[in-house]
Amino acid sequence: MSFAEGTLAAAAPPPTVVGFAYLIAGACFILALRGLSSPVSSRRGNRFGMVGMVIAIATTLVTHLNISLVEITAAIAVGAVIGYVVAQRIAMTAMPQLVAAFHSLVGMAAVLVAVAAYLNPEAFGIADPNVLDPVGRHLIHTQTRVEMGLGLAIGAITFSGSVIAFLKLNGNMSGRPIKLPARHVINLGIIAAILGLIGYFLTDQAPWVFFTITGLSFLVGFLLIIPIGGADMPVVVSMLNSYSGWAAAAMGFTLHNSAMIITGALVGSSGAILSYIMCHAMNRSFISVIAGGFGGEEAVAGGQAIDRPYKTGSAEDAAFVMKNANQVIIVPGYGMAVAQAQHSVREMADLLKKEGVSVKYAIHPVAGRMPGHMNVLLAEANVPYDEVFELEDINTEFGQTDVAFVIGANDVTNPAAKTDKSSPIYGMPILDVEKAATVLFIKRSMGGVGYAGVDNELFYRDNTMMLLADAKKMVDAIVKELAY
Amino acid sequence: MDFVSIMSIFVMACFVGYYVVWSVTPALHTPLMAVTNAISSVIIVGALVASAASGSSLSKYLGLLAVVLASINIFGGFAVTERMLAMYKKKDRS
Repeated sequence: MSFAEGTLAAAAPPPTVVGFAYLIAGACFILALRGLSSPVSSRRGNRFGMVGMVIAIATTLVTHLNISLVEITAAIAVGAVIGYVVAQRIAMTAMPQLVAAFHSLVGMAAVLVAVAAYLNPEAFGIADPNVLDPVGRHLIHTQTRVEMGLGLAIGAITFSGSVIAFLKLNGNMSGRPIKLPARHVINLGIIAAILGLIGYFLTDQAPWVFFTITGLSFLVGFLLIIPIGGADMPVVVSMLNSYSGWAAAAMGFTLHNSAMIITGALVGSSGAILSYIMCHAMNRSFISVIAGGFGGEEAVAGGQAIDRPYKTGSAEDAAFVMKNANQVIIVPGYGMAVAQAQHSVREMADLLKKEGVSVKYAIHPVAGRMPGHMNVLLAEANVPYDEVFELEDINTEFGQTDVAFVIGANDVTNPAAKTDKSSPIYGMPILDVEKAATVLFIKRSMGGVGYAGVDNELFYRDNTMMLLADAKKMVDAIVKELAY
Repeated sequence: MDFVSIMSIFVMACFVGYYVVWSVTPALHTPLMAVTNAISSVIIVGALVASAASGSSLSKYLGLLAVVLASINIFGGFAVTERMLAMYKKKDRS
């Protein structure tokens, strides 16, 4: 083959090699997730992920002889610096909003790639070089149009949905659900319109079709997330994770790229499974979460008793009770994250251990604002992961425990979930803290209720001592008492 | 690649994803989300193709913008995952 026939064809490696390279990249991504089955193998897994990414990027750069290598290098460098700096600086408590922000970037990247492919289909090899449409553009393959339309729509929904999720998690927007009248009809109508337009896109590749799909998808992503309340954020973040995967998969179909398809499928199923786990842990159906509105005003009616008697205690009392216990189980929740109290909690646990007290941590699957949020915070505070237990592994132990120390968790400890059929959280699996001999419950004041808007009957039990203060200040005070 | 082989890859990968993700320990669900985020930015492949192509300069610049966004995610996602995973420690038996 002579060079004159085209430098692209002459210099590019044979397609089989390229296909293999992408396949290896895909396999590396599988190993990256596989590594997360244990903290021991997790870092090796993460390295596999990086290797896979390097292979995918290098293969693409080598096979597309580049007229803009300088610009691309610069673009990667800019992204690398921003990404790396953000990753190093972000507080662990802010992880949910960081993940939401990252999801939005994947969504936007998918949209941009879809638009670029639409504007320049020849470059992606998805157009028929011999057939032109009425305005003289190359016709995009019919099947590709469906895949491109889906990738575009899912990407756009991921983007605008994640932006809203980010604003809610970051506190720029109220965590309260914003409910528009007739929102279900509007949303379903828009989704039907998007699907209809993707169907129409098959017969007409006109720009108005393409860009209307884009606009409507951005809109519906926004509308879908605004009615969802703060307590349901773990599901939303998982769901958007899943969407970003399906968007990547759809673009993989469009571009016939196995690395993108494998990754998309992995990420898509990962997010879907996490959403399922979160819904299951709240005893709610996925549909009811998506429909939104949980944690709104109607639930406030559940807090009927305001004047019931309860016992309060000081840091000194709490320190005394715990020092004389055989076993203390600490139950952290979102409140611990808000107060940044995880380091103080670990200090307290260290002092208790010195006194010969056995200390364990119990984590509810939906504690915090994203799956595994509490585990990361405790790990950050140097709590060994083998002291941290999931609900099903520790729940039977509360009966033989002297002290349950609840910090910033509310709904996940509410016994009403087991007994009160009228409660909005009825049926939700909870941590059986009330079975412990003494419950120490840190709460800012008696006024507020949990995110579900229900009063917690745990507060009024004989074996509960309320520690009314800021979580971090209270734990610091207990630490002082213990050290004394 | 024809549609059937692409679809086969996709369906098989969904099954692999299902079993692999169920084996992830709940303690690592946050790093799982961070790393899936990083790898879903493999969409950068499409962005690179657009950036490298001649023909439409608008398409090229949109591609470059997508390269920036995806790179933020790739570097940020892997780095933050690494940072989190480094914090998970076993009990000191000393």
